[in-house]
Amino acid sequence: MSFLFSDAPPCTLALSDGTVVTGTAIGHRGETGGELCFNTSMTGYQEIMTDPSYYGQLMMMTYPHIGNYGAMDIDMEADRPMIAGLVVRSFTHRYSNRLADESLQSFMERHELVGISGVDTRRLVRHIRSEGVMNAIISSVEQDPAILVEKARAWPSMEGLELASRVGATEVFDAHVQEGGPRIAVFDFGVKRNILRSFADRGCSVRVYPGATPLAEAMAWDPDGLFFSNGPGDPRAMPEAISRVADAIATGRPIFGICLGHQLMALAEGLDVYKMRVGHRGANHPVQDLRSGTVEVTTQNHGFAVAANTLDPDVATLSHQNLNDDSVEGLRFTRFPGMSQQYHPEASPGPHDSRYLFDEFLEMIYEHRAIDAPISVSSS
Amino acid sequence: MPKRTDIDTILLIGSGPIIIGQACEFDYSGTQACRALREEGYRVVLVNSNPATIMTDPMTADEVYLMDLTPASIKEIVEKERPDAVLPTMGGQTALNLADELQQENYWTEQGIEVIGVDIDAIRITEDRQRFRDLMEDIGVDQGRSRVAKSLLEAKEITQELGGLPVVIRPSFTLGGAGGGIVWTADEFDAKVTRGLELSPVHQVLIEECLFGWKEFELELLRDKNDNVIIICAIENVDPMGVHTGDSLTVAPSQTLTDKQYQHMRDQAIKMMRSIGTFAGGCNVQFGVDPASGRMVAIEINPRVSRSSALASKATGYPIAKVASRLAVGYTLDELPNEVTGTTSACFEPAIDYVVTKIPRFNFEKFEGVDEDLSTQMKAVGEVMSIGRTFPESLQKAWQSLELGYAGLGGDRPVEDRATVRERLQEPRWDRTLQIRHAFIHGASVDEVYDITKVDPWFLHQIQDLVRVEEAIAELRLSDLSDALLHEIKRFGFSDQQIAHLLAEDGVSEEDVRAHRKALAVTPSFQVVDTCAGEFPAETPFFYSTYETAMESPVTDQEKVIVLGSGPNRIGQGVEFDYCCVHAVQAARERGYEAIMINCNPETVSTDADMADKLYFEPLFWERVQDIIDHENDGRGLVKGVIVQMGGQTALKLAPGLTTSNIPILGTPTEMMDLAEDRGKFSRLLKQLEIPFAPFGLARTPSEAVEVSEGIGYPILIRPSYVLGGQGMRIAINKEEVHRYVSNILALLPGNEILLDRFIDGGIEVDVDAISDGDEVWIAGVMQHIEPAGVHSGDSTAVLPPYSLSDEVIATMRSYARSIAEHMQIRGLLNVQFVVKDEVVYVIEANPRASRTVPFVAKAKGISVARIAAHAMLGGKLATFREQGALESSLTGYAIKEPVFSWDKFPEVAKELGPEMKSTGEAIAFVDTLTDKHFKRPYEMRNLYLSK
Repeated sequence: MSFLFSDAPPCTLALSDGTVVTGTAIGHRGETGGELCFNTSMTGYQEIMTDPSYYGQLMMMTYPHIGNYGAMDIDMEADRPMIAGLVVRSFTHRYSNRLADESLQSFMERHELVGISGVDTRRLVRHIRSEGVMNAIISSVEQDPAILVEKARAWPSMEGLELASRVGATEVFDAHVQEGGPRIAVFDFGVKRNILRSFADRGCSVRVYPGATPLAEAMAWDPDGLFFSNGPGDPRAMPEAISRVADAIATGRPIFGICLGHQLMALAEGLDVYKMRVGHRGANHPVQDLRSGTVEVTTQNHGFAVAANTLDPDVATLSHQNLNDDSVEGLRFTRFPGMSQQYHPEASPGPHDSRYLFDEFLEMIYEHRAIDAPISVSSS
Repeated sequence: MPKRTDIDTILLIGSGPIIIGQACEFDYSGTQACRALREEGYRVVLVNSNPATIMTDPMTADEVYLMDLTPASIKEIVEKERPDAVLPTMGGQTALNLADELQQENYWTEQGIEVIGVDIDAIRITEDRQRFRDLMEDIGVDQGRSRVAKSLLEAKEITQELGGLPVVIRPSFTLGGAGGGIVWTADEFDAKVTRGLELSPVHQVLIEECLFGWKEFELELLRDKNDNVIIICAIENVDPMGVHTGDSLTVAPSQTLTDKQYQHMRDQAIKMMRSIGTFAGGCNVQFGVDPASGRMVAIEINPRVSRSSALASKATGYPIAKVASRLAVGYTLDELPNEVTGTTSACFEPAIDYVVTKIPRFNFEKFEGVDEDLSTQMKAVGEVMSIGRTFPESLQKAWQSLELGYAGLGGDRPVEDRATVRERLQEPRWDRTLQIRHAFIHGASVDEVYDITKVDPWFLHQIQDLVRVEEAIAELRLSDLSDALLHEIKRFGFSDQQIAHLLAEDGVSEEDVRAHRKALAVTPSFQVVDTCAGEFPAETPFFYSTYETAMESPVTDQEKVIVLGSGPNRIGQGVEFDYCCVHAVQAARERGYEAIMINCNPETVSTDADMADKLYFEPLFWERVQDIIDHENDGRGLVKGVIVQMGGQTALKLAPGLTTSNIPILGTPTEMMDLAEDRGKFSRLLKQLEIPFAPFGLARTPSEAVEVSEGIGYPILIRPSYVLGGQGMRIAINKEEVHRYVSNILALLPGNEILLDRFIDGGIEVDVDAISDGDEVWIAGVMQHIEPAGVHSGDSTAVLPPYSLSDEVIATMRSYARSIAEHMQIRGLLNVQFVVKDEVVYVIEANPRASRTVPFVAKAKGISVARIAAHAMLGGKLATFREQGALESSLTGYAIKEPVFSWDKFPEVAKELGPEMKSTGEAIAFVDTLTDKHFKRPYEMRNLYLSK
């Protein structure tokens, strides 16, 4: 709460390990909970807030000033915010950018998104990086810290939690239609809009299927390539999806997976996935393309990763590796035409260094499907 | 691929003397580069003519050549050293131009020397306005419409094409935007364009559509030979386009761009860098953004480290110059570690979790008749940087750092009236953010202020929020300040002094607020600049203060020595003092202390996190210094003492506070500082020592001054007490002048005690630097000025050793210096200024601290004067150094210190030299005989002197 200004109601953030901090309520007045993570991106808060991969998580931004340029429709990566709550150091109510549709406050209120501002985010970040991510509660309706800590403790762990079914399309729809363009069937576990845009911009027809759609239905459309999207939750808690991916692999069609999709493909081929202690969330992570040696600055948001020590060249080779911690960032599959990336080549937010991967997938499609590239392709 | 093994010796070209537009940022970058390359095992040969820098210290490179930066010097050095490669990117435009000049005569190729770190052609493309434009068009990068003019007539035609005035003119191949500016009216067009054509070495001026009021951004990039490119930092100029980036208040990271807008800028910058050549190194790219349409245009690109890269390095903690130099010798970014975290890669883009503000420092008061309006030609002489968790906190700390007497963004004195504020806001000026605050206090709306200033509303809102906080404080009494409330106020960056001033009750002092605050345990936390927003642990000892909840600066058990830096560069107090501070830090470490540096200048070596055991990047503002000392003392008296002798007037001003708080000052006791500054006391000492001095008097009012002057006799040397660089000093020849000058001084420095001395006309001025360790006084150097007395010593050409003084006179001066040192209980440095006339030696003044000439003496003689002096402050003995041979001079012949001026920045100002210092930098020359041209030049400049 603010002692200087009475128009800033008090709010509390309580972690499951007993850490409690107080601040000012932002967004919707209420209560929320989830796994507390942090993201180091200095721009792109709205894309992060609407990224379905973050469903069920409380997002703490390390950058102090959030809301500077308001909220706008073009920055939505889904039709609504996906995070369970927002934690910031200094919330900007009075924004400035001619593109904005409204303030971030108004956006959050409209979507009933709860948040807290004015807390020492850096201390919490350092706490999490050493203790690991943990559950927390944000509340502007309950003041008793003991009660809130209990709630945080009781909150279900992300480990083994299946969340993808709660986000993503509920019905099949065409994100983009391009006459004569390669057909990409997207299995939606919480796909980010910019992934769909990336295909569309390259002249593809993109049809989005709910993640639980039977494979046969998608194959009936005769797609040139299959895509398994990003999404929230633990991929190991999705046996049904893993089996679908295995079936997809058996069709021999080119397959591309990002983030959760990458993990599902790995699991389908018998590789292991583990939950990371802290995870990678930001727009500055260096990934090396081992095939060329060049490095890309990438956008990352994952809490799970493929175990490098289970890699078998008969199954898949490591194509991309994280320069900081050697974690697996990309795979090229041996037994079928398949590629997958742990990070987000479509970025949004984040650098555009990795967009070539969409072109790489299309090259794979052209080769395997013996089709020509579309005549006019605009790459963005 | 790892570093190259086919090169062995690398020639590094420095940037020469400090001038406006190219200052000590290259000392920092160059020093980093030397260090990195030597760590890699290369032999580094350095050429630079600036003796005031750490860069030209023997410890920095394997071989340091203190020579003019000319092709002749380079050729001489190459003859001797046979380098395999030359790195010209760490010496600003001077070094690049020099490398290019030699390239044009095919010199490098003929000698088999590879130019690394930059593509020479890239330099030409970026500096040649037309070529740059064409290239941008080729690669599809949007830019402001413009064309190059080679004549006045052409310029007129182009202006018409662009739709008339205003237009921006940019002369090709000049530094710091020299000759450039916005042309608003037909009247000034001819003069400005003609001057621009003259200043450009290629007689070309770019005429550009005026993007006045557009938002301005800069990106700092690094690229390796595998074409990996990373952005180290994005800087947003709070002052919109129309003001040179060096003169603008800037923040990092950018605050008002969406991710899409930022990524577009990033894409463009990378494209631009890749288009100008295939070099591995650093780059600075500038963009303009139309706030109305969002249209983004490229302004310019500099293929080298720059002022902004020094700022970006300090702002993010990422050592750009170090990495750039490694990239130049073959490493790729992925092969280099992030030395800050120790566990991650250097190939990444820093993420920061705080806000950095940079404010430029000006010296307009030095130049009568100067045009204070800021434009595209740089006028700043230095800058400060501050770090805070939020923009308001960072902004307030920056104002505290400026040393202009502000305790933050105002809130410490009355506000001007509305009309004055409105008038002041009309043009971009150095105090813009302060006037914006004043406008809000007078009830102006954000829209109104935006219309006048075009400063992005986000910043305006933040400043308005500060005013809101001030209003809230003004309703409170000291007793109302609970710990939570006080914590909140402090988070906005308010100093105790401001709070005391703002509180509703009278008679609350800064000390009262501090005591109240400490009783409530509201104290600052110190946090780490770690390049990664806390994502990874970092061992780096680079700290800033804020009011958060976790302390990240551990207090070790080691005894500590704190060195107070010299703050922002300004005329009279420049990089020479930073040089001394760096040596003081090293001396402290050599003696086994934990050396702690406090400074707020992003351009210097002293704020390189590698240099001291701990760096606090903080304002040299009493409250901040006190907070740091309290923390490091830890209630256990761990701070052995503070060194105040090396940081110019900045550090000295903090001495009284230290004494009052019982914090030990290392070296000469503070009472002696007072003794030196207090004319009455000092003269009594001189009399006691039977040392002649000019008749003098003291005055506190203009009429008193006249009375005293009549008694002493004309001409009269007038100076304020406790200033540096001869600030306010004037020579008066009659009582009208006395009255006028004294009134002016008192207007600037109310309450000051004015010193009036009979000016000894026709005398020869001499500077003596000495070190005393309590047992003996050793004379480091005796320097004779070529210019007559009356020209400030900092502006004079100094010769070491004296060339026309008799042995008796020299012996007398040495003896006087010793006497004074003994009686003033000097421990450390002493500088004495003499005037010699008719074989009589008079003392003008004595300064018990490092003087500007210390690095010059050190370089001239090859003796580490500052280091030895610091040892003396810490109890070391001159005898020890003498035994090691460290006091032996290597000088044969004469060494000359030549002042360097930046007159071209202020064409409207008369080129005059006098008792107030005007030079911005210095160069050194070594000569054998008195017939050398270096002696002749000062005589040719005689007409510049006021006193004749």
